[in-house]
Amino acid sequence: MSNADTRPLRVLVTKIGLDGHDRGSRIVAAYLRDAGMEVIYTPPWQTIAGVVKLATEEDVDIIGVSSLATDHLIVPKMMDALREAGLDHVGVVVGGIVPDEEKAALLAAGVSRIFGPGAARDEIVDFVATLGRQSRSDRIDEFLEANP
Amino acid sequence: MTQTAVQLPLPGFEQAQGEWRSQYSRQMRAEKPIRNRSGVEIQPLYSPRDWSGERYLEDLGFPGQFPFTRGIYPSMHRGRTWTQRQLIGLGTPEDYNKRVRRIIEAGATAISLLPCCSGFRGIDCDEVDPVLLGTCGTVINTTDHMDRALDGVPIGEISTAMNDPSPFTLLAFTLCVARRRGIDWRSVTGTSNQSDYISHFIANHQFYRLSLPGSRRVLLDHIEFCRRRVPNWNPVSVVGQHMQQAGATPAETMGFTLSTAIQYAEDCIARGMDVDDVLRRFTFFFDISISLFEEVAKFRAGRRIWARIARDRLGARDPACWRFKFHGQTSGVDLTQQQPLNNIARVSIQAMAGILSGLQSLHTDAYDEAIACPSEETARVAVATQNILREEARLCDVIDPLGGSYYVERLTDQMEAEIEGVIAKIDAAGGMYKAAETGLVQTMIGASALAFQEQVDAGERKIVGVNCYQVEEDPTVPPADRPDADAMHRHVERFKAFKRERSQAQVARALDALARAASSTDDNTFEKVVEAVDVGVTHGEVVGCLRRELGFGHPLIVA
Repeated sequence: MSNADTRPLRVLVTKIGLDGHDRGSRIVAAYLRDAGMEVIYTPPWQTIAGVVKLATEEDVDIIGVSSLATDHLIVPKMMDALREAGLDHVGVVVGGIVPDEEKAALLAAGVSRIFGPGAARDEIVDFVATLGRQSRSDRIDEFLEANP
Repeated sequence: MTQTAVQLPLPGFEQAQGEWRSQYSRQMRAEKPIRNRSGVEIQPLYSPRDWSGERYLEDLGFPGQFPFTRGIYPSMHRGRTWTQRQLIGLGTPEDYNKRVRRIIEAGATAISLLPCCSGFRGIDCDEVDPVLLGTCGTVINTTDHMDRALDGVPIGEISTAMNDPSPFTLLAFTLCVARRRGIDWRSVTGTSNQSDYISHFIANHQFYRLSLPGSRRVLLDHIEFCRRRVPNWNPVSVVGQHMQQAGATPAETMGFTLSTAIQYAEDCIARGMDVDDVLRRFTFFFDISISLFEEVAKFRAGRRIWARIARDRLGARDPACWRFKFHGQTSGVDLTQQQPLNNIARVSIQAMAGILSGLQSLHTDAYDEAIACPSEETARVAVATQNILREEARLCDVIDPLGGSYYVERLTDQMEAEIEGVIAKIDAAGGMYKAAETGLVQTMIGASALAFQEQVDAGERKIVGVNCYQVEEDPTVPPADRPDADAMHRHVERFKAFKRERSQAQVARALDALARAASSTDDNTFEKVVEAVDVGVTHGEVVGCLRRELGFGHPLIVA
């Protein structure tokens, strides 16, 4: 059967916490937009509650969080908040600088992948596209399970 | 203006040059044009036909002489080397104090202070997720915190550069500490490193706190106060660094920075300040990329353009106002996470570019800059790099050693033309304030950032270890040096207790006076900031009050 949903993927590109270095997030937003995705771009310093609200209202498939300083440390709290809001299906990727010993906590919290500096454009775009389609089919499956 | 070189009579020159050209073309069939980061086409060879020295006195002059192309002081680094000014800041005030004392014991005459990111956002430590506190700078929210951070530090003898955006609470804390210690404010020296709100609105959104008109007002109050009460303090540092870091080319960066300086100077003049009194305290702060000759040409051209702007456009008569004093920081953008030790080579070349350009003070990045806040070991290597360039490579021996090179002089002329083109564009848009407000500058920077990244992605611009010469390596990002969680917890608890125990009546009166000053047009807001923090008003309270009165700062981000 075909549940193929051909609408463009919707991606929220954001920064949470206190840091404002946004060259990376602006470039990744442009990559994703050029690849045909609909990008919702926020200024830095979003609160976790703000991201959850925006992800809900904008009905996104993917959230990309950029962290150049230490804001990745609160990503696990964002993952909890997304789950509480019933946004389990939304795929989350992190880009930026995350020390190795702090990666495990993010992955354990449900982050799908962490891209470091120098990650290739195609690698980022392909991964987000695949994860986005996965998020969308998960959501359809969830819906079908709930409405047999 | 780019001048066409005068044709010196050189018998046999054209014939020899023609022969070289044909031999060169035989070896270099189908060569593609090479352009620097600013888009200037770079020739394989330069000769007296590109630059002949005919306009030596008008365009170069001698060091310390107008238009200062060769340097702003007669003896430059041969007389006094650049100041080594490394950025530091981490953890609690006590952590900072330990580190800064070690630096002073090691002979430093200049220090810096980088506050926690929560401070940049204008909030105090009791309003932040504790896990983020002090991870990128020191948590200083009150005069007491500053007193502890500067314990044993001789304010008045040591120059301090603070990353202290509008409304300049860190300087206010420092002045109150000086008063407690009986130190005359006239002996307080240093720079308000992050006073350039336009660059924050455009490019370093991190530091942007108050609305655009509010920031404009508070900066002018700050300048006016400092000129009157803290005369040896530099209240203005115009920051090109943010724009280049955000992706502007070196020529665009210099153009935007000079346009910003023009805006601030004209604002001061409109406010009735004496241009000669104000401009002498203007300083500049730039990124130094690895594009060595381009950076040298950028700074030499910048010095020349500023001298002409200050004298002819702004009408300053004192030569001190024509001098383009700048601090340089080696660019973190050029550094790579891959093969991190390679960054030592990159930083050496960037630092060399800055020194050969005649900078006044220098910060060299640690080689782990691309992945972490520097450890003590990597910070030591960064300082040693400066010492090696000075003591072993002896880059201080000759003033402006690249001056007179056909290439460097020609490129300086070409960069000057590019930079003047940018300034003309900003002028046409109504000046830098308007160009930022409408997003013109942000759009230009965004386009340049993306163009650069696309060249890297396409392999046209090579970065060793990133798009060429990659090696199999362990991509481990080393553990980060996080502040001690217990010490930070105690710091926050002590802060909460301080807030409970201070005189609430005095605090309320001081905040009321600040609010009234902000809503009036002739009171000086910075004066009220200093009075407020003296009675225990916190950083977050000052910023909160001014945000209510003057508007919250939302940067205009074009993405």
